Amino acid sequence: PVKGSYNKVPPNGWQLTPPTRMTLREQLREKISAAFYRHGLLCASYPVPIILFTSASILTCCYPLLRLPLPGTGPVEFTTGVRDYSVPSHEPQGDLGERPDWYRGLPVAYIQQVLVKAAVSPWDSSLVPVDVFRSPLGRVFNLVEEIRNHVHQDSSGVRSLETLCLQVSDLFPGLRRMQSVLPEHGCLLVSPGNYWQNQRELFDSDPDLLKTIQKHEPKGLHTSATLRDLLFGVPGKYSGVSHYNRKRVVTYTITVVLYRYDASFLGSLRSRLKQLYPSANCSLRDDHMVHVHFKEEIGIPELIPLVTTYIILFAYIYFSTRKIDMVKSKWGLALAAVVTVLSSLLMSVGLCTLFGLTPTLNGGEIFPYLVVVIGLENVLVLTKSVVSTPVDLEVKLRIAQGLSNESWSIMKNMATELCIILIGYFTLVPAIQEFCLFAVVGLVSDFFLQMFFFTTVLSIDIRRMELADLNRRLPAEAGLPPPKPGPLRPREVPPPPRPSPHTITLQTPAFRNLRLPKRLRVVYFLARTRLAQRIIMIGTVIWIGILVYTDPAGLRTYLAAQVSEQSPLGDPGGGGLPPHFGVAPVFHGRDPTSTLRVVHPAPQPTPLPENQSQGHHGAARAGPLPHSPPAIPQITWGAEDEEGWRRLSFRHWPSLFSYYNITLAKRYISILPVIPVTLHLSPQEAIETRHPQDTRHPPPPIPKVSADLQTDLTLYKVAALGLAAGVLLVLLLFCLYRVLCPRNYGQNGVAHGRRRRGDLPCDDYGYSPPVSEISPLLLRGHSMDIECLASDGMLLASCCLAGQIRVWDAQTGDFTKNNSESSCQRDGLDSGAPELDYLGSEGHDPSISGDGLSEDEGYPLRRRTAPSRPTLFTDQPDLTPLIDTNFTLQPPSHLSTPPRGGFDFGGLVERAYMEHEPPSPSTYPSPSSPSSSPPSGALLQRRPSLGDAAASLPQDRVSAVGPQATADWDSSVWAMELRGNLIAAGRSSGKLELWDAVEGSLRCSNEEGVSGITALAFLNNRIVAARLNGSLDFFTVEINKPLALLQHRGTPGRGSMPPSPCYSSEDVISCQLTRSVQCAHQKPITVLRAAAGRVVTGSQDHTVRVYRLEDSCCLFTLQGHSGGITSIYIDQTMVLASGGQDGAICLWDVLTGSRVSHVYGHRGDVTSLVCTTSCVISSGLDDLICIWDRSTGIKLYSIQQEVGCGASLGVISESLLVTGGQGCVSFWDLNFGDLLQTVYLGQSGDGQGVRQLLVLDNAAIVCDFGSELSLVYVPSVLEKLD
Amino acid sequence: MSLTLTAMSDSTASSGQQQWAGSGPMPQPPRGPYISVITNRTTNLLIRGVLLFSVGVFLALVLNLLQVQRNVTLFPPDVISSIFSSAWWVAPCCGTASAMIGLLYPCIDRRLGEPHKFKREWSSVMRCVAVFVGINHASAKVDFANNVQLSLTLAALSIGLWWTFDRSRSGFGLGVSIALLATLATQLLVYNGVFQYTSPDFLYIRSWLPCIFFAGVITMGNIGRQLALYEYKFTQEKTHQD
Repeated sequence: PVKGSYNKVPPNGWQLTPPTRMTLREQLREKISAAFYRHGLLCASYPVPIILFTSASILTCCYPLLRLPLPGTGPVEFTTGVRDYSVPSHEPQGDLGERPDWYRGLPVAYIQQVLVKAAVSPWDSSLVPVDVFRSPLGRVFNLVEEIRNHVHQDSSGVRSLETLCLQVSDLFPGLRRMQSVLPEHGCLLVSPGNYWQNQRELFDSDPDLLKTIQKHEPKGLHTSATLRDLLFGVPGKYSGVSHYNRKRVVTYTITVVLYRYDASFLGSLRSRLKQLYPSANCSLRDDHMVHVHFKEEIGIPELIPLVTTYIILFAYIYFSTRKIDMVKSKWGLALAAVVTVLSSLLMSVGLCTLFGLTPTLNGGEIFPYLVVVIGLENVLVLTKSVVSTPVDLEVKLRIAQGLSNESWSIMKNMATELCIILIGYFTLVPAIQEFCLFAVVGLVSDFFLQMFFFTTVLSIDIRRMELADLNRRLPAEAGLPPPKPGPLRPREVPPPPRPSPHTITLQTPAFRNLRLPKRLRVVYFLARTRLAQRIIMIGTVIWIGILVYTDPAGLRTYLAAQVSEQSPLGDPGGGGLPPHFGVAPVFHGRDPTSTLRVVHPAPQPTPLPENQSQGHHGAARAGPLPHSPPAIPQITWGAEDEEGWRRLSFRHWPSLFSYYNITLAKRYISILPVIPVTLHLSPQEAIETRHPQDTRHPPPPIPKVSADLQTDLTLYKVAALGLAAGVLLVLLLFCLYRVLCPRNYGQNGVAHGRRRRGDLPCDDYGYSPPVSEISPLLLRGHSMDIECLASDGMLLASCCLAGQIRVWDAQTGDFTKNNSESSCQRDGLDSGAPELDYLGSEGHDPSISGDGLSEDEGYPLRRRTAPSRPTLFTDQPDLTPLIDTNFTLQPPSHLSTPPRGGFDFGGLVERAYMEHEPPSPSTYPSPSSPSSSPPSGALLQRRPSLGDAAASLPQDRVSAVGPQATADWDSSVWAMELRGNLIAAGRSSGKLELWDAVEGSLRCSNEEGVSGITALAFLNNRIVAARLNGSLDFFTVEINKPLALLQHRGTPGRGSMPPSPCYSSEDVISCQLTRSVQCAHQKPITVLRAAAGRVVTGSQDHTVRVYRLEDSCCLFTLQGHSGGITSIYIDQTMVLASGGQDGAICLWDVLTGSRVSHVYGHRGDVTSLVCTTSCVISSGLDDLICIWDRSTGIKLYSIQQEVGCGASLGVISESLLVTGGQGCVSFWDLNFGDLLQTVYLGQSGDGQGVRQLLVLDNAAIVCDFGSELSLVYVPSVLEKLD
Repeated sequence: MSLTLTAMSDSTASSGQQQWAGSGPMPQPPRGPYISVITNRTTNLLIRGVLLFSVGVFLALVLNLLQVQRNVTLFPPDVISSIFSSAWWVAPCCGTASAMIGLLYPCIDRRLGEPHKFKREWSSVMRCVAVFVGINHASAKVDFANNVQLSLTLAALSIGLWWTFDRSRSGFGLGVSIALLATLATQLLVYNGVFQYTSPDFLYIRSWLPCIFFAGVITMGNIGRQLALYEYKFTQEKTHQD
């Protein structure tokens, strides 16, 4: 074989390694995978023909199934003649092909029914309705007595009923209440007399017969035979025992169950009864004996395990198909997987049947196990493998590659399973062998279907997904807001590109409350999923199905008839057989209408108007009186009486026997021809047997209408009632639906977005959902990825990997600037060198400097009280003149429109840029000038924040100023902090630099440390630097002027920034190392936070240390983590939270150093931690955001994010959380964890994640985004803040 | 109808394991002032225990029904209550036993320091349960030539179950020991006449009983491990239905 394989190298250059060195196994593997590859190509290339071919083969293989009997437990029967009857032998006889194979041995019992039809005739008007059945029923005692006492004597001896009948013992233990009615310890002989213990005295003294009969009826819906049917032997409505018996004929049977068949005894009994009670017009055939074979029935106790296995099966299928991921249609693929498995099973059964192996196992029982054995695993493995192939490949190649990747494991698994099954086959237990056979065929056909059907479906799906991607990539129509992405964005699909104002309209959920009670949320959940409706619908369908199936004249009968007709034994016998030897269907030839016809036997085959019997029996009383037809009850014998038991429920006999713990399953009974008995009673006799209370019954209302009309009316009544009930039900459901599900299905989201703020629907809390367009403003200028980000609320400093620091004004979108200002108030001008450059803002500074002082006083207050609502703009009329004249045209339009209009950003900036173009080549203003000369802002170089950054870069470089001598060129900035207008930058060389943020000059630097600064904290006039070697340095910033600004950093107004009053460039700033804590930690310090006079450090050495800022004294060493510390949070309220690599989060009391709580929340590192007043929010490497209750440490809930998302967290207000994702930031409602909005930061931001996220005081969010900064301003947030 | 004991009636398993679980340290968090932590953990444990208990009771009832011999096709309506009344304590015992086993397995995994990584998915667990029910089904319904054949087949099936779904040495050891204990206890119970088997062939009980016990232990351990794995996500799914 090795030799041969050299020549069999696949033609498409598949073999990667030379075949000479391969072992046999590798060769095999190579071949298999090559074959799978080619097969995958084939499937993906011709999907439609292959699917057609597969469907055709499935149908072909399933064709033999049509010959299988349908499911159903209807009995089958077989008719023989009475005369030549002999008990069939046990041994199967080959030549008797027409005999069913169950017809062997003794039957369980022979049933002899004596059918009694009795009537009081002639009917007298003096008779009351009870007379219709009282005296006829009374005669049953005589009859039973007669039968019991019948003795036949011939040459072989004396035989009585006692010797022949089936002797029964106790009733089944659970049936004590039936003890009084059913016979025990003796002959099984049932008749209506059993109601009165076969005692005439009890019957005579019974005041209300109907009540006695009714007493034993089960309540409610019953499907099996009732006691009344059992005792009367005819269905209840045919018995005629009621007050409203129009025909006045009572029918009942006396059923004798015989153990042995004795023709002579039965013959003598028959002749005796015929002699006593002749029915002259009776032409019933009495030469047929029907053997009824009962199949196994599934009772509730057997149904429960079956149902359980099916539940387990469905759970298995559910859990398996749930894993299908990253495809276009999850449901479609899951369906395809299930179809694959099911049709492979059907194919296996079909094929087995085709080859002559008829399934004897109960298919329903082994089916779940077969599914489990075959399994869905291969399908899932295939899907996973195909999906994980590179996306940029062609679909065909993806399928082929995915298939060939998994080929070896698939083949190996299949071989293993086949081996196991083979072993099972050799257990030589027939049932197991059969199971194994089915399983083998099922496995093979499953493999076939997987390869052809499922692979093709998968290829179609993948192709659809790629098409959908293409469609999504098409640019959205201009002017229309692009559709809002769902809360779960597909991972593979990058966010769609957006037109230049990156606005997203939040499609408001029409139903969102701020604080919903839990029960309401449950109701909404029900409403959202429409659970109630679905359950009701399913219930209704099931109910209807049950009704249809159990209807005696309905589907079940039909199915049973079909079964017996289709069975191969169905054809009546050949020529040499007796004419009445054959199998008849159970309810043969009876179309459903015939059951109706029984009531009104119009077209009888024996339409003799019976006067003869009258003459026979009642001649002694009176002559045949010419009564009107209804007055003389006519007793007719029709063909339907011949086998009256057919009208009974097919469970009649099984239930009768089961009362005595005798099963009929897989056995048969023989039903002998009935013995007809006709009774005519005189009115005299009827009156005599009356009970005194009988006459008290009111005579029944005799309607004038004919019976037909009567039934019709009933029908109409029922129909009308049903209709009314249906309408009522629909109305009720509709109301329920409206109550439960007030969801607005109309797509009015667009109209929503265009509505004014005031028109928005408010909920009970007066909260209008945020209908806002959030526009991220991109601050461009960095050439490399941004490394550090710092802000003090006023200014924003950013540093990129190139070592370039840029300073921006964080105050944008402010109402004082009419939303028209560019985001980049101060644009740090880069010089390509690690130095800080400064450029004045455009158009902003003049206005600010004009009213700088007044703004200063009013600002802190106003920032809290005045949101950016346009309506409030009118409250500030004094500002308009202060605005740069270039923009005076803009305010009115902005005042009248929601802020959406204000963000036509590019155009404005473009214009501003054009206007300020002339001054730009002018020389750079002296750094000291801004404070002194108000118009100097106009002289500053204007820079557009968008678009033109790159173009104007060279000239910026030209105008770069700054003390380059002291700057560190080689090392990079690792940490940066910003306070006031001082930027502290820590470098990898261990150097600490202080820059003036306004002027862009290096003020001082400290080079005492050698180890790189990993983290910085800048609080008041102190700087704390953590170094790589684990030491902690405390610096003091000395300014010769009092540090008024630095000490109250919260108060400085925005306007005071450029003309910084606190210190000027003449001030000498020095930075001195006051204390250095060597070996603050054994391992590198990872986190450093400072607040409330405390400095907290976290390190790789699993500890957290708390220092006092003033004297650099170590207060506590907090131990409790079992991994390195990855994040720390501390705020002014002395709340300290720390998260570590062990996924644990600890809350500490900073005052005492004790651990308040300790929770494990993440699998993996805790990447960031934020606290609000009530909760702690943590995010981890497991892409989970957990929200914990701060006081109890109990997890409130968690949000599963997408993979690779959300290391950065920020809290905007008490209830608004912002997280960074892949090229986007998401806003979450903290109360419920709902995703409020996702803002995409840019067109190109597919792959870039937001690594740092900074929440500014005015509810703006700054996040880094590759080499760009993005400023996201959330207008709606301000409303919540207030 | 004589009392037929269900396959799951490992009453001894319950008694034997109670001792075992008592001596074996449960994963209790360190005591201290951290009330919240304990409530969280214990709630978790409790939920898992209750879940396992109900699964055990349910399986016991269902499998008991499977084992009832089919003398009567149509059971009279009271047959279910009679089943419940005949050995009412069987189901709770099975429930307790399965809760113990299900909690014991992840605990032992943690003790031994070898977390169980093999096929940790719900679909696999469901498959395992289905196979277990199938084994019971086979023991109840399939007609074997003799008892030895039946027992050998079931033993092979049980080992196959372990190999397919568990493959851990600790699982095998625990399964075998619990099966032996349970068989012993059943022997004792039958000897004392608490109940009896219809046709005992192995001292007083059926010879396939240890196999069924073994398979049951493996299944319950599988479920318990999966629940323990799932415990982090459990509270999340309850609160956060998104």
